[in-house]
Amino acid sequence: MELVRDLMIILFTGILTENFILNKFYGICPFLGVSKTTDGALGMGLAVTAVMVGASAVTYPIYHFVLVPLNIEYLNTVCFILVIAAFVQTVEMVLKKYVPALYSSLGVYLPLITTNCAVLGVTILNIDNEYGFVESVVNALAGGIGFLLVMVIFSGVRERISRCDIPKALEGTPVTLIAASITSLSFVGFSGIVDGIFGG
Amino acid sequence: MAEYVLPILFFLVIGAVIGVLLTAASKVFYVRTDETVQKISDALPGANCGGCGYSGCDGYARAVAAGEAPADLCKPGGAAAAKKIGGIMGIEVGDVERVTAFVRCNGNCGATEDKYTYIGSGSCAAIERFYNGKGKCRAGCHGMGDCVKVCENGCISIVNGVSAVDPTNCTGCGKCVRACPNKLIVLIKESQRCIVRCSSLDTGKETRQICKNGCIACGICVKKCPSGAIAIDSNHALIDPNKCTGCGVCVKACPVKCITAVSAGMVIENCNTDE
Repeated sequence: MELVRDLMIILFTGILTENFILNKFYGICPFLGVSKTTDGALGMGLAVTAVMVGASAVTYPIYHFVLVPLNIEYLNTVCFILVIAAFVQTVEMVLKKYVPALYSSLGVYLPLITTNCAVLGVTILNIDNEYGFVESVVNALAGGIGFLLVMVIFSGVRERISRCDIPKALEGTPVTLIAASITSLSFVGFSGIVDGIFGG
Repeated sequence: MAEYVLPILFFLVIGAVIGVLLTAASKVFYVRTDETVQKISDALPGANCGGCGYSGCDGYARAVAAGEAPADLCKPGGAAAAKKIGGIMGIEVGDVERVTAFVRCNGNCGATEDKYTYIGSGSCAAIERFYNGKGKCRAGCHGMGDCVKVCENGCISIVNGVSAVDPTNCTGCGKCVRACPNKLIVLIKESQRCIVRCSSLDTGKETRQICKNGCIACGICVKKCPSGAIAIDSNHALIDPNKCTGCGVCVKACPVKCITAVSAGMVIENCNTDE
């Protein structure tokens, strides 16, 4: 039961209080770039979630069974980027073969996940927080779901913005950044919720 | 020594492993891409204007290759692209005529007046929401340039309060047609000779009161036209481009001068009021 409780805490913390985009400010590039429409945001969120979970599952054994025994842990950033890039390539090929519809709707966003720092961030955080394998995967899942949630919420905000009369000086990126900061503030409201639920 | 060699060895090994895995994966998950799509894409201009109704040139290419779309939808590519696509698909394609945008409003140079003073966002779509625009004519051009903003070739400008298209660089993509809240802009074929430059569907009396240049549906053009190409429909003269011979009788006969002779190199004319 203790393990399940810990995993639930990791899950809720990752989604709400320690959200990758709005609290850690990872993955701002796709957050601002792909959130114009809800469809794009949903596809990107799902793809990032899949890659995060996969990358965490792959980097965990590499770190603990290769880098640590060889005493070259400091290479984790370079090594993880390499692994993530290869992983994204594989995901791309699998999707192209078996789910061509999803592949074409994701388009250019799929290869862009390689350089999404949220993916690298979650793998490095797994190491820093000394998570085990299951905890790492759950942490990645939480990060991915949090990413997806914020992407979809923010795409709704942006669709509303696009129909508003914005002052000339704020049109485009400025108003998007202001909206992002307010969305981020709203997520601050979740602080303490995990302690409240699980009586931390 | 080991601390220098190990990292290098590690990356050599991991690079080799990933390389082998990816190569294997690319063989296992190999998908044969349709060469036809690629060829059709190459034949298209690549402007991604969306004028064909698909998401872009690639979307259209896929639709053509799948046999869902005709080969002659690409307007910027015109006859040349249609011929090439026809060649790739092995079908005969008739000549595609070049189309250009035309603004069907003549309310320039103070021919019509504003019914209120508008202060706010400079967009036709916004003005349209307030009592069908600031002008007295609800079918007229608001002159705030929504079409100017969407035109990628800079063909549209606001001349004397009404937007006007310079057809020289117009690709006929139709973006302005979709942007105009009053649906004033139409795509006309290059061979079209005469067009009624007014979209008002009000009765002749109403039109006369709000705009000096509006079509009052008097029917003189219908009577004068030697080829019977003009008809009055919903208080509005309509010219059938297939019957029109371009004789220009209607242009001279129109009492409000709202029929315009158009030709390929048409330059935007100035005010045509009587004064």
